[in-house]
Amino acid sequence: MSLLAAILIISGLFFFTGGSIGILRFPDFYSRLHPAGKLDTMGLLMTMTGMALYTVQEFTLAAIFTSLKILLIIVFVFITSPTATHAILDAGVRAGLSPWTAPGKGERE
Amino acid sequence: MNVDNLSPDELSPDEKRQTPAFSTSLKQIISFAITFLICFATWIILSGRLDFFHLGLGVIACAIVARLSSTKLISRRGIENLPRQWFRFVCYVPWLLYQVFLANLHVMSLAFNPRLIEVIDPKIIRFKSKLTRPMSLFIFANSITLTPGTITVFVSITGEFTVHVIDEYSGLSLPGEMEEKVAELMGE
Repeated sequence: MSLLAAILIISGLFFFTGGSIGILRFPDFYSRLHPAGKLDTMGLLMTMTGMALYTVQEFTLAAIFTSLKILLIIVFVFITSPTATHAILDAGVRAGLSPWTAPGKGERE
Repeated sequence: MNVDNLSPDELSPDEKRQTPAFSTSLKQIISFAITFLICFATWIILSGRLDFFHLGLGVIACAIVARLSSTKLISRRGIENLPRQWFRFVCYVPWLLYQVFLANLHVMSLAFNPRLIEVIDPKIIRFKSKLTRPMSLFIFANSITLTPGTITVFVSITGEFTVHVIDEYSGLSLPGEMEEKVAELMGE
């Protein structure tokens, strides 16, 4: 159980790292939102599941409540994260920022 | 998303034609009870104390909230097929998680790709969805945004989607299989 929790947390951290590197490397505002909004969600899902598993090892009432709270965090993030990402992106579109397109491939819409 | 603004009572013509299986007052009680149970479960998890005082406070608070907002959470007209819908939703979530995982791996490989600028090809695609109910449009739009590589820019009430995709591969799945799944989920 502890091993499984460790594996989950480490792979979640790997997703977080990928997300941060993606934010730095992607070319513009819109494409940066992709790693920022989603790799985070995945990383959070994995780290939080890992922590919930780790907490529930003792199997007391308090531990179960704690891990249920952690699961609630996942549920709320899965509802709010896409909405927030969409709101930021929509704000960009409304402000008139045009998306970066790959050189030479620009007019293919 | 614009679909949020609609009340959940807006249903497709098909469902309005169905003859109701329960009377209105029973439906009121059912939607009140479900809202109350959801609120109370959240209360217990968040408070974590099982003594009489805290549970009593929870009952009072949840009753007030459920009385005020039960019509917002659960639409009365579709209440007959609620269990079936929730079952379908439970089946939908693992599939969505699997898709999210696959797509995450793809975006990860992009982020670590040394020739990033040549590989990605961001563009905005538009398509018309065959989904009609506001709730299914909302679920579909959020599912698109959850899947990495695609973000919903705009959804019109008639089901026209504008989606920003990061590269060719991410856009391939649209509208496609996910739309089918959501349609199945909402019984359209």
